[in-house]
Amino acid sequence: MPDLGKYADAILWSWAATLVLVAAVIAVSWWQSARVKKKLDAAEARRKRS
Amino acid sequence: MEDVRTKQAKDGWNWLWAWANPVKFMALSGKALPWVVGLTVVTLAVGLVWGFFFTPEAINFGSSVKIIYVHVPSAMMAINIWVMMLVASLIWLIRRHHVSALAAKAAALVGVVMTVIALITGAIWGEPMWGTYWAWDPRLTSFLVLFLFYLGYMALWAAIENPDTAADLTSVLAIVGSVFALLSRYAVNFWNQGLHQGASLSLDKEENVADVYWQPLVICLAGFVLLFIALLLVRTRTEVRKRRIHALEMRERMADA
Amino acid sequence: MIALLIRDLRLSVRAGGGFGLGLAFFLIVTILVPFGVGPEAEILGRIAPGILWVGALLACLLSLDRIFQLDFEDGSLDLLATAPVPMEGAVAMKAVAHWLVTGLPLTLAAPLFGGLMSMEAPGHWWMFLTLLLGTPALSMIGAFGAALTVGLKRGGLLLSLLVLPLYVPTLIFGAEAAARGTAGLDASTPLLMVAGITAGSVALLPFAAAAALRINLR
Repeated sequence: MPDLGKYADAILWSWAATLVLVAAVIAVSWWQSARVKKKLDAAEARRKRS
Repeated sequence: MEDVRTKQAKDGWNWLWAWANPVKFMALSGKALPWVVGLTVVTLAVGLVWGFFFTPEAINFGSSVKIIYVHVPSAMMAINIWVMMLVASLIWLIRRHHVSALAAKAAALVGVVMTVIALITGAIWGEPMWGTYWAWDPRLTSFLVLFLFYLGYMALWAAIENPDTAADLTSVLAIVGSVFALLSRYAVNFWNQGLHQGASLSLDKEENVADVYWQPLVICLAGFVLLFIALLLVRTRTEVRKRRIHALEMRERMADA
Repeated sequence: MIALLIRDLRLSVRAGGGFGLGLAFFLIVTILVPFGVGPEAEILGRIAPGILWVGALLACLLSLDRIFQLDFEDGSLDLLATAPVPMEGAVAMKAVAHWLVTGLPLTLAAPLFGGLMSMEAPGHWWMFLTLLLGTPALSMIGAFGAALTVGLKRGGLLLSLLVLPLYVPTLIFGAEAAARGTAGLDASTPLLMVAGITAGSVALLPFAAAAALRINLR
């Protein structure tokens, strides 16, 4: 851990905010992707059966 | 018919338009995705670790200069993603490639997150530097306006049911919005001279930040670009699949009727 | 096209609400602000140009969804689309009609309301001039936003969200010109910018709005 001096709060908060937001958008994209993929597989399976 | 085909075969951009076919897009992006994700992880890890642990303190900023590695790339992406959406919208309006419209839709959420990151890190950095979290500084203000544009764009996508109508209308909005976003930038500049330091990445040597900070910053910038591409691929694939589900459901309903 | 303009004007006067409502809203804003800020003439006089501009902008926003909504619902918009008049011209006329029933009354009322806000003598003229130059742009941008949202059931809120960021440059330059003029400074640059935005909007936005309408009528 480098010595951040008097700016430690500002640096850590802004890095934390960035990482949280980036992680959130990745998680949302991932979740949506998985959900839609599952739904599509189900729909394709239905089509093949009929 | 002959004519069109020979013309198409000679088109030097065929490698690009291949991505516009949804089936080919799914195949190509599926193959590219693991590579892009891998490259993103490596680049971001190197850039961020270098920026956070191995950069010295700056004369004017002290160690707060480390915020630059999240602030500048997110701010740059916030603008570039809007430009990418504009280009994709134009391609949709001119050549009617569905993947293009879907890519613009998929990019919007990443863009709005980048804008928020730039605003938040800017505010946090502003407190020790200027003594205030928020100032109506031209750059901060124009990012706030950009944020509103992203919100309006996404709200319009969400409000319209017919996907092609939504794609058309949001494309028109993206074009008109770009003109007004640019105008706002100049208006805001005129309105308040501001506290923000000048462009830190200008090609002008005098203004440039020193190499020690610049090298990790470039890697971070590349990392954010790759991150956007990876997210864009994932999200566009989701949108293409959604479209496919929609088509299948329509077909089922037709069969039932 | 003139006939279209006259029809729109007649409709909006008969239907009521339209311009009376915008004007009343503008009056209420100018009355409420001193209650919130306090009666000191000095402060009020300084913020008056900005408040009047924001008030006029919001009053303008109120009636935007009426530009195409009624015509869309009763089908006369479809008739317009197939009429020999180009869609762009029809859209421009709609925006002109909207300006005549909202923008123009607001412009005429602003100098009077400026008195309520303790504005000094030359300030009235600056308010009148900047609003005269700026409100056509507000109507035209609003017509574009209304064209985008015409097919939607609850377009009102979305319309505000779409239109407000587009209003930013006009508001900044308009209020800046009014403030500088009132303070006796040189206001020619912002004034020219307002005029430029209005001219650009009136020249180009009918095409974008007509394109949006055609998409919505498909």
